[in-house]
Amino acid sequence: MSYLIGENMTGGYGGADILHDCTIAAEKGEIAVIVGPNGAGKSTAMKAVFGMLDIHTGRVMLDGEDITKLSPQDRVAKGMAFVPQTRNVFPSMSVEENLEMGAFLRRDDINSTMEQVFELFPILKDKRKQNAGELSGGQRQQVAVGRALMTQPKLLMLDEPTAGVSPIVMDELFDRIIEVARIGISVLMVEQNARQALNIADKGYVLVQGRNRYTDTGQALLNDPEVRKSFLGG
Amino acid sequence: MQDLMNAFALFSNFVLVPAIAYGSQLALGALGVTLVFGILRFSNFAHGDTMAFGTMITILITWWFQSLGLSLGPLPTALLALPFAIVLCAVFVLLTDRVVYKFYREKKAEPVIYLIASVGVMFVTNGIVRFIIGPDDQNFADGERFIIKAREFKQMTGLSEGISIKVSQGLTVVTMIVVVAALFWFLNKTRTGKSMRAYSDNEDLALLSGISPDKVVAVTWIIAAALATIAGTLYGLDKSFKPFTYFQLLLPIFASAIVGGLGNPLGAIAGAFVIAFSEILVTYAYKRFAGYLLPEDWTSGGLLQLLSTDYKFAVSFIILLLVLLFRPTGIFKGTGV
Amino acid sequence: MSSALKNVLLFSIMAALIVVVGQFQSWNLSLTILNLCLISAIMSLGVNIQWGYAGLFNVGVMGFAAMGGLAAMLISVSPVPEAWQAGGVGVIVGLFILIATVLAAMFSYRKMAKSPVRTLLIVAIGVIGYFILRSVVDPATTAIEKVNPASTGYLGGLGLPIILAWPVGGLFAGAVAWLVGKITLGLRTDYLAIATLGISEIIVAVLKHEDWLTRGVKNVSGLPRPVPYEINLQQSDWFLSLAQRLGADPITFSSIFVKLCYASLFAVVLLIILYLSEKALRSPWGRMMRAIRDNEVSANAMGKDIKARHLQVFVLGSIVVGIAGAMLTTLDGQLTPSSYQPLRFTFLIWVMVIVGGSGNNWGAVLGGFVIWFFWIEAEPIGLWLMDTLTSGMDAESPLRAHLIESAAHMRLMTMGVILLLALRFSPRGLIPEKVSHH
Repeated sequence: MSYLIGENMTGGYGGADILHDCTIAAEKGEIAVIVGPNGAGKSTAMKAVFGMLDIHTGRVMLDGEDITKLSPQDRVAKGMAFVPQTRNVFPSMSVEENLEMGAFLRRDDINSTMEQVFELFPILKDKRKQNAGELSGGQRQQVAVGRALMTQPKLLMLDEPTAGVSPIVMDELFDRIIEVARIGISVLMVEQNARQALNIADKGYVLVQGRNRYTDTGQALLNDPEVRKSFLGG
Repeated sequence: MQDLMNAFALFSNFVLVPAIAYGSQLALGALGVTLVFGILRFSNFAHGDTMAFGTMITILITWWFQSLGLSLGPLPTALLALPFAIVLCAVFVLLTDRVVYKFYREKKAEPVIYLIASVGVMFVTNGIVRFIIGPDDQNFADGERFIIKAREFKQMTGLSEGISIKVSQGLTVVTMIVVVAALFWFLNKTRTGKSMRAYSDNEDLALLSGISPDKVVAVTWIIAAALATIAGTLYGLDKSFKPFTYFQLLLPIFASAIVGGLGNPLGAIAGAFVIAFSEILVTYAYKRFAGYLLPEDWTSGGLLQLLSTDYKFAVSFIILLLVLLFRPTGIFKGTGV
Repeated sequence: MSSALKNVLLFSIMAALIVVVGQFQSWNLSLTILNLCLISAIMSLGVNIQWGYAGLFNVGVMGFAAMGGLAAMLISVSPVPEAWQAGGVGVIVGLFILIATVLAAMFSYRKMAKSPVRTLLIVAIGVIGYFILRSVVDPATTAIEKVNPASTGYLGGLGLPIILAWPVGGLFAGAVAWLVGKITLGLRTDYLAIATLGISEIIVAVLKHEDWLTRGVKNVSGLPRPVPYEINLQQSDWFLSLAQRLGADPITFSSIFVKLCYASLFAVVLLIILYLSEKALRSPWGRMMRAIRDNEVSANAMGKDIKARHLQVFVLGSIVVGIAGAMLTTLDGQLTPSSYQPLRFTFLIWVMVIVGGSGNNWGAVLGGFVIWFFWIEAEPIGLWLMDTLTSGMDAESPLRAHLIESAAHMRLMTMGVILLLALRFSPRGLIPEKVSHH
């Protein structure tokens, strides 16, 4: 059984359902990527996994435990971490303080985790005293991911981490995400840049109108002529 | 040269010293308003009356201590009563949060609903204060009155103008510095303080990080109550205590917080001094001051007063409007536009 | 329709209460209450236009009412020629300097690009204009205030019929509202609230301290009336015979008759404003206002128009409050600047709107009636309650004396509690807004 699985999820934000019988899973130490056209419910699917909207059928399992009824905060305590697409740092606090706030729930020594984050994102070490709001877009994303890693999560969820950053920064960020997965953390990511994202994905989900359309390994999806034609621009 | 020194002494006595003391009092009040705004995201109209409530408790405890014969020697007994008053005022403020604001927070009500609710709390608090201690002036200062008397200053310097510094003024400035230092240490160095800043910066992300909103809100109210009680007591010691005056202080306090940028603590302090100095500079009668510096016949007519003290609140108001017109986020960038 | 029935019932109960007071206390008192109920209803309509239609929080109702009061005085009392002779020219020149300064500041605001230089220039224009203004006006006002200070010492007014002051009071209040709204609307709601609080305090301070204009705390009394005087009635034959036919004491009846005259005038104004408000609320304009309030149209779709709409509604509401303020001063027959207190003029009106039903004109009117009625009757009730509660105590007990003495402050608390309770448990009020699905 998968480490994390959102099974047959149907639901939305109170109004009409956005997700229909949608299933998303992530394995330990692997990268799962959700792609699809605009309005396909990609972010919604991830928020459903994180408990930010109500699903009225289906369930979410983490490491064999049913967490469908838990609040997002409780899921954080269970080892899930979420990086929102926008407003994902504390702008008037320093980089270091942002990381500290990520570890707010922890009572043990956080210095080694912080060192790990600095190893992963060396630029943050140089800018540790600077306010997050003053950093460039790419650096802010690093702070956001770093903040999420401070809880020592077992699963990291990223909502379009490369939105609005340059291609070079995007490649760099993807490299870091691969490193995160190598430490043994599962990664679940929603991406607009489907081709590049599937490139690093162990598993890919193509959603259309809130339903699973294609599910396969990243490479298989990249090689699938149907997928290429409809979703990757040929 | 003698004239210049005299002019400076006069100016210090009637402008510098009172403005620094008044600015410190406003700063403490504005810090409370700006903190509540940063965390709870509404302008708390009840803050002036919270100050009145806290001061009233200080006065009552002071009277009780005085009747027991307790005193601090040269310092006012009110200082001894202050910690107890802070605790009681915090309890009262937490109670209003539980009874009034919590409901709207859980319902995620619009900010304007909080405003109206805070006006309701303002009147209830005001009613309680008037009910208990009455609407009249209360004087509760005791101990020494002056650090330096004008006469002593004159003897010391040989000038014809004296500078007097009241104990309450010295106390105000010292207390303000200590309180502000403690507050900034708390906000920047402690876990709880940082979580408050995080919550103020980005509420959703704070929740994702496991910061408990209930705790942040409670701590904010306790700090606001402490600041209000301290500010109110210092103001009362320096001038006198009258419930209606505290309601009127709301305008300069809000103006300070907005001028400095709502939600920005450093801005609130800067704003408070801008307001205090403007108010006193504009309402001071410069006749005698000019007398030292200008030839005799230049200063014959009028008091050389820019604005009558009856309109001192207009000063805060005009500065407020200018800031809203030209720089709505305040001098330092605040969160509220 | 049961809701219509309920509304008729609510208004009938209110009417019955007024009749009960007439029967059991006195008709004079009952009509006094009725008159103030009518004025309160108009003020509450004005605030409802701002809050109910558009969600604007005005904490300065007092100031706008005071502008109306000022208009009533300025329109109705006779001019004081000696005072005009002493300082009239200075005041008028001052007025022109004021206008010139404002125009100069506005001109540079419009014509120059946003920069610190522009800010400095505007401030400089303001400061220089102020100094010139003071140098001209100060001697003039001092001279005016010296003219027979015991009875005049001010410029007086225009000596026109006081009814004219009602629309003029509306215009005064509207002008102030335009100024405040222009600066603060479009920013957070908090700023409008704080600015209105400030302007109302300043308006009242001006009324209290500018003796040359308003005689300050010496009050201007004896404003001419729009209705007959009791003393004249008691001397006219038709009135005496009417009193005789009704079997009433002419002296009591004359004061009741005067109050009835006021009541009919006020009722006419109330009905006109109510009719216009209802019509506006149902018009496309009103629907748009509510749509903006409920965020049904996104700010983007409306563009900058939202600010203009808000300004419109804010000015309109203030005009209504100003009219009511002028009517109140007319009824009082004197301008008493020290009577303007935030509790009575801002807060009480808010309680009326929230309790009555924000967004519903009929609700606002009912709220005006109900809250004014209890505001008046609360004092005897509170006193009686306190007396009864403390009756077990020793008559000499200082605590008892304190409690009875403090009963008056209970009003503040009671009204605060009523507001908080209404806001929480009945936020839509006695007569809720009709929710239209369009």
